[in-house]
Parts: sequence; C-alpha cells; structure tokens
Amino acid sequence: MTVAVNPSQTGEPLFYLADEHPHPEGWSTALGFWIYLMSDCLIFAILFATYGVLGGNYAAGPAPKDLFDLNLVAVNTSMLLLSSITYGFAMLTMQQNKIGQTQMWLAITGLFGAAFIGIELTEFAHMIHEGATPQRSAFLSAFFTLVGTHGLHVSCGLIWLVTLMVQVQRFGLIEANRRRLMCLSMFWHFLDVVWIGVFTFVYLLGVLR
Amino acid sequence: MSPDFLKLIFGRLTFESLPLHEPIVVGTFVVVALGGAALLGGLTYFRLWGYLWREWFTTVDHKRIGIMYMILGIVMLLRGFADALMMRGQQMLAFGGSEGYLNAHHYDQVFTAHGVIMIFFVAMPLVTGLMNYVVPLQIGARDVSFPFLNNFSFWMTVGGAVLVMASLFIGEFARTGWLAYPPLSNIGYSPDVGVDYYIWALQVAGVGTTLSGINLICTIVKLRCPGMTMMKMPVFTWTSLCTNVLIVASFPVLTVVLALLSLDRYVGTNFFTNDFGGSPMMYVNLIWIWGHPEVYILVLPAFGIFSEVTSTFSGKRLFGYTSMVYATVVITILSYLVWLHHFFTMGSGASVNSFFGITTMIISIPTGAKMFNWLFTMYRGRIRYELPMMWTIAFMLTFVIGGMTGVLLAVPPADFVLHNSLFLIAHFHNVIIGGVVFGAFAGINYWFPKAFGFKLDPFWGKMSFWFWVTGFYLAFMPLYVLGLMGVTRRLRVFDDPSLQIWFVIAAIGALFIFIGILSMLMQFAVSLLKREQLKDVTGDPWDARTLEWATSSPPPDYNFAFTPVVHDNDAWWDMKKRGYQRPLTGFKPIHMPSSTGTGIILAGFATAMGFGLIWYMWWLAAASFIAMLAVGIGHTFNYHRDFDIPAEDIIRTEDARTKLLAGAK
Amino acid sequence: MNTDTHAAHADHDHHGDGHAHGTFSTYLLGFVLSVVLTAIPFWLVMSGALPSKQITALVIMAFAVVQIVVHMIYFLHMNTTSENGWSMMALIFTIVMVVIALSGSLWVMSHLNSNMMPMHQMPGMN
Repeated sequence: MTVAVNPSQTGEPLFYLADEHPHPEGWSTALGFWIYLMSDCLIFAILFATYGVLGGNYAAGPAPKDLFDLNLVAVNTSMLLLSSITYGFAMLTMQQNKIGQTQMWLAITGLFGAAFIGIELTEFAHMIHEGATPQRSAFLSAFFTLVGTHGLHVSCGLIWLVTLMVQVQRFGLIEANRRRLMCLSMFWHFLDVVWIGVFTFVYLLGVLR
Repeated sequence: MSPDFLKLIFGRLTFESLPLHEPIVVGTFVVVALGGAALLGGLTYFRLWGYLWREWFTTVDHKRIGIMYMILGIVMLLRGFADALMMRGQQMLAFGGSEGYLNAHHYDQVFTAHGVIMIFFVAMPLVTGLMNYVVPLQIGARDVSFPFLNNFSFWMTVGGAVLVMASLFIGEFARTGWLAYPPLSNIGYSPDVGVDYYIWALQVAGVGTTLSGINLICTIVKLRCPGMTMMKMPVFTWTSLCTNVLIVASFPVLTVVLALLSLDRYVGTNFFTNDFGGSPMMYVNLIWIWGHPEVYILVLPAFGIFSEVTSTFSGKRLFGYTSMVYATVVITILSYLVWLHHFFTMGSGASVNSFFGITTMIISIPTGAKMFNWLFTMYRGRIRYELPMMWTIAFMLTFVIGGMTGVLLAVPPADFVLHNSLFLIAHFHNVIIGGVVFGAFAGINYWFPKAFGFKLDPFWGKMSFWFWVTGFYLAFMPLYVLGLMGVTRRLRVFDDPSLQIWFVIAAIGALFIFIGILSMLMQFAVSLLKREQLKDVTGDPWDARTLEWATSSPPPDYNFAFTPVVHDNDAWWDMKKRGYQRPLTGFKPIHMPSSTGTGIILAGFATAMGFGLIWYMWWLAAASFIAMLAVGIGHTFNYHRDFDIPAEDIIRTEDARTKLLAGAK
Repeated sequence: MNTDTHAAHADHDHHGDGHAHGTFSTYLLGFVLSVVLTAIPFWLVMSGALPSKQITALVIMAFAVVQIVVHMIYFLHMNTTSENGWSMMALIFTIVMVVIALSGSLWVMSHLNSNMMPMHQMPGMN
C-alpha cells in the first residue's frame, strides 16, 4: 500500500484513507515479543547484579570452587547450544513448509532442553545433598535463584514447545503458528544468550575466584 | 474436624485473623458490606450483570478499558484518602500524653496502605487509564496492538487492588512503610500476613502494568496513522511512549526484588537478612532502581496532559515542541541515574553521593525547560480559563515549589538533615499531588466530554478545584515547617506540644481536600443529571488541536470510520484550518478484535493464587496456578479472535452523527 | 530519534515481519563459532593455561561478549533494519539499562561495604 502523504494530484490535501487495508494479523507481535524479552533481560540483569554483590558472601560455607563441576557445566552448555542449532533447523524447515521435519527438529530441540533441565536438577540435588542449600549463605541463595530462574524459563519454553507442536499438528503451519514458532525461537535463543552470561560469570569466574 | 485438617484447608487463616477487636475496622466493614450489598442487589435487580459482563468486563475496546481504569483509580482514591484522613486525625490528637485513637498496630498499617494504594492503585490506574483511552485516538488507531492483553492487564491491576482491599478485613496489611524495607519486612520481624499481602498484591498488579507497558509501546510504534512521523506525534503520545518505556524497563526490577524478598520469607534464603551474608541494603538499592523511574512514570503523562491543555486553551501551537520531546527523552534516560538520592544516608560515601546528587540536580534542567515551554505557550495566547486550564496553572505554581524543595534535598549534606523528615513527605506530596493528581484531574476534565459526550459541570468542578488547591497548601506547607524543625515521618504520638498547631492546620487542610473530593463526586453526579444541558454533539467542545477530537464523542467502537492522514503536529487543527470535510459515503467493513472473558478469568485465578500463597493455603495456590496455565494454554487454541463490523452498521452510526452535526449548526 | 524522516506505515508491504531469516550456512556458522567461543574459555579455566587469574578472567569475559554478539547476529538475526530499527534501539536501550543497574549496584554496594564495615581495613583486626 502506498500512502499519499502529500497532496494528491488535484492539489487537495488528503485527510483520510478511502481505500485502506487493515494491518495484517500479528503486525506488532514480533516487536512486542522482542520488547518483552528486553524486560526479561532486565530481570536477569538484576539477578546478576544480586549475584555480583552477594556472590562473595559464603558465610563460612562452601565456595564455588568446592561446588562447581565444570565438566558437568560444559556438558550442560553443549545441550543448550545443540538445542539452539536444532531449533534453527526447525525454523529453516518451517520456511520450506515441511511439517514433518519441522516437528522432528522441534522434538529434538525439546529433548536437548529436557536434558539440560535434567542435568541442572541433578547438579542442584547433588549440591543440596552436600548441605549447600539455598539457605546456607547469601552466595548460595543468589546462585540458586539466578541459575534456577534460567532453568524455570527453559522449562516454560518446553511447555510452550509442546503446546506449539500440538498446534502445528492440528492446524498445520498456518501463519499464526509460524508467528508463534518465530516468537519461541527468539525466546529460546535469548535463553541461550543468558546462559552465556551464567556459565561465564557464575561458573567459570566462580571457579577462578 | 481436626486442627490439622483445618490447617490443610485454611492454612494460617483462622477466626482470630479477622480484625474483630478493631472497632474502626469492623465499622468500616459494616459500611462497606452494606454499600456492597446495595450495589450488588441493584445490579441484580436492574439485570445489569449480563450487560456488564458482555460490554465491559470482557471488552477489548481500549476506550472502555481506559474508563474502567479511571473508575478503579477513583474508587481506590477514596480508600487511600480515608487512610490519609485517619493519619492526619491521629497526628493532630496525639499530643500531651494522648495516645490518639489509633493503636500502633493499626496506625502502621494505615500509613503503609496509604502509600501503596496511592501509588499503585490510584496514580498508576489514573495514568494508565488516560493513556489507554487517549493514545490510540491521538495516533488515529482503532485499538491497541494487543487488545486481549490490554483487558488482561486491567484485570491483573484489579486483582492487586482486590488483595489490598481484602487485607483490610481478612488479616492485616504490612506495617513496614510503603517499600517494605528488610530486615523489618523479613519473616523474623514481620511473621504475619501483612507483608505477604503487600508482595502478592504488587506482583499481581505488576504483571498487568508491565504487559500494558509493552502493549502501549507497540501501539505507538506500530499503529500510528499515515503521515504521523515521530516528530509529528502529539506531546501526550510522546510522554506516554517514554512512560511505557520506563515501565517496561523498571517494573521487572520490582518483580525481581519482591520475588527475592518472598524467597527470603517463604524459603528461608538469605538475600536481605542480617545473617549468612545477606544484605538488607541491597534491597534498598534494588527497589529504588525501580522506585525512581516510577515517579517519572507517573509524572511524564501528566506533563503530556498539561502540554495538550496549555496549547488548546491558549489557542496556540505548543511552544518548543522539539525541545519538549527531547526534554522528555532526556528525563527518561536520566531517571535511571539518580536512584541513590533516596538513601544518601546509607553510607556509600562522598564520591557515590556526589555523583547521584549531581545527576539529580541535572534532571531538574529538562523539567525546568518544560515549565518555560508552557509559559511561552501561554504568552500572548487567548487563554480560556476552563477547568483543565485552571488545574494546569495550579500545577505550574505548585510543582515549581515541589521541584525546588526536591533540588534542595538533592544536596547530600542537606539531605542528611532532612532525610525521612516531614520535609521529605511535604516534598513528594508537593510533586505527586501538584503534578500527577492535578494532571489526572486536568485530564479527566479535558477528555471527559470525549468519553461521554457531555462536559463536566463547571460549578462543582470549580468547588473541587479551590478546595483541593487550598487544602493542599494548608495540609502540606505545615509539614515543610515541621520537617525543618526535625519531626520525622511515620510518628504516631508526639511529646512537644508546640508542634501541635501545625498538625491541626494540616488536618484542616486534609478536610479541605476531603470537601474537594466530595465536590468532584458531586461534579460527576450533577453532570450526569444535567447531561442534556452540558451535551456536546460536535465532538470538539474545546476547539482542540489533536486527532482524538476529529471523531465523535463518545467515539464509535472503531474510533475512525476512515483512517486519518496527518500532515501537521496539530493534526485536527490543521484539518479544521484547511477546510476538512467529513466523509459521508464509501464506508467499508472494519476489522475489529472480539471480546473475550479469558482476561478476567486468568486474573481471577492469579488473585486466588496470591490469596492462597498469603495464607499458606497451598492447595489453593497450586490449583489456581494449574487452572491459570490450563486457561492460558487453552486460549492459544482459539485462532479466531477478530470479526468485521459490517458496513451497514458503520453507515448507520455515521449517518446518525451527520444528523446530529447538522442539528448543531 | 532517527525515525522522523519516514512515514509510519511506509513498510506496510513487509507484512509486519521485517525479520531476517537465517539460512542453513549462517546457522551452521553461528553454531561453529559458538562452540569455539564456548570451548576456549572452558579450556582456559580448566587447564589454567594463562599465567594470571586476572588475565584469564578478562579473556573469558571478552569471549562471552563476543559470543553474545555472535548469538545475536546468527541466531536472533539482529540487524539495524528489522522493525525500522526499533528492535535495535530497544536492544541498545536495554544494554544501557543493564550496564547502569549492574555497574551501579556493584559500585554503590562496594562503597557501602568499604565504608560501613571498617573492620576489614583495620590492620590487626582480621
């Protein structure tokens, strides 16, 4: 649609659109979801700030060196990275309109995500078993909350992923579902970006300390 | 029934939790219950439930949601102001050995509830309501970007308000002051439900506020009508954009801080405790990272309202539009760099305090620039002293005083003397009442004819105006004096009898404001009765300048039959000047979002979940959460959320307006 | 604000999408880069290859920043043109806010700690 902002040929200014087309459905969705992600980003920023301020307060309890197993973190990081690329493949196959392959890549993404959550829960359980509970020190409170919030986001992403798979199965790759898959893609990759911050600032710098 | 079973069902809610021993609360409850029963009975008798549900509760129309926000704000204003009157009465009486009439337990709840309600459930709904109503009309849009989300946001705000109101009769509210600083708000010092009410009321409402912020940003960015570039947007739209940017960038901080506090309270973590490495001051630091932007969230839209009102009633283009926009943007950014001035006395030292003192002084510069812009707009204008303009002038006088005392407090050494004194109380009431409340009243008087098709009664409006303004000065100027004499905030009883006279004056001021509020309610009632005399059929009763006045009053569901095209800052003024003719033919069906009850249902479950968490009724919290998830996911399976208004309906509506307009001439 | 020059609806024909899509090769490139950018910091910390902890810390933080940029470009498809630059502007604004909140909190709280807990500085008190 071209918009005649300037006076039309007759020289009369145009004050309304006689022949307008409504905005396509989901016209604002991508931007709106992006802005939501930005606000989520601030949630993580504040959790990082809390960890930054309180992360050194061990209260004579265990320190990162005693707790973190970098091998496990490396495995976990690779789970998330792999899930990112598989989600990318899901988006590529979606653009080619291949429902079956899209669903397959989504399922694989979900499995990697679930593996990530599983490993994280194992790590948490192990720490709690050793007495390094969230209540033990401000450092551990901040650690569990920051990493746990990320994990909670991934879990929400998994619920959303399953919902979308059902919807794609039932309604196909219609415009609305494509838009939703794109939003989830942004969400998923955004969580990956947050995880870069987590493994660098919490785990790697923690072990260095 | 065994006590264990009761505990499983009711958590820690018992008969003792009901404040039956507080005669004031019981009396209030009786009045509220009778009033509520009368209201509900009336609604049932006149069979209005179906109408309310279909046309209002489930609506996704931004105009109706805006009006509902305003109603919420005004109702909560009555509650918050009742608290204010009680405080003024208590402080006036509690001299010379008298304990006043409020015990400490009750008084501490009153001042906390007053602050929380006035900021979150009066100022925020009023501001959000005006933005919701006006912004889509000003940018020539048919609705907001996400209409369903808008409805959901509103009901979440209501959910928060419901929780605060519930705390009055079921249990108690926080006794911590409006920001609930730990360690006082930690479980060790506040084991009761008060702080939990506080946390969950704000969390539930906060979700709504954040989502509505995202919604309005998208609306302004994506739905402007053709020709409306950023620098042709009305100033109110600009300030709304900046306010919503502030909302989206600051409310997540509040969400996190409250979540951490609730982890401390529920799980036993050590973020803000005194032991195990926790730091209560971290809470203060974080909550003010939200808290300072919050005051600009409230005042920026008010600045926008004053800009619209000043240029309309001076009959002139706004002076210095560009500088106004840049001042707003600069305030938006700077408001993130001043938060520490709320706790200079914490002890961060000279370098930190100097930095934040200087940034605070800098932020007064763009605000001052705005003041000059308004003055120059009025200069050589033909000023019409209608009610919105009167509120604007009262604002300009009052806000300058508040701003100057603010700059005074920005000097760290001065703040060490005045911190937490009544001087501070006088200062922030000076800017919030003088800025936000007067702004909201200017906005209400200005846009009421747009929303309802008739003007507000000027006599009762002027009554309200004069009582409010004189009441404000009577109530708060004494607090400046008391603050300079060293009286601190939140005191319940006083020893020095020489102070009493100032508190008496302040209480008289509060009574004046009370008459002002009653006059305003009277103004609504009288205007409703005299609506035929006050009627406006033109849709443009003030000879105004921006697009919302181009359509009828009240606007049709679809706002504009044809999407307008804009050539100038003051689009409607430009259209009138160039002899715009209203289109009478060629109407087409208009695509609109359909109503849905999902928003109110989701918000209802969220409120129930909050209630369950407050009282440790874990089954209720869990069930509500699962229900919320199910309803939310279920909603995404509904792919048909729009409908077309048929062309015949539009022709009928527009023809009716044509007849009215012809009759008006 | 850079948007005054274009009309609000000028990009109607983009179907509101305006988002760049990746291709197989860009996704793969992004993935390989992230694997490398993840592996090196892990290796640096686990092997202790660098002589000082401070240098290691700075290097791995630099890697994190680069990897975040890589993810932004290859996975989130950030560019300056999507949504008429509004996405980029929102991102830049958010980064500014994150930096203010993070560095501000750390600065304020560290000064607070050094001022209000003088025991740590006094010789002989530890």
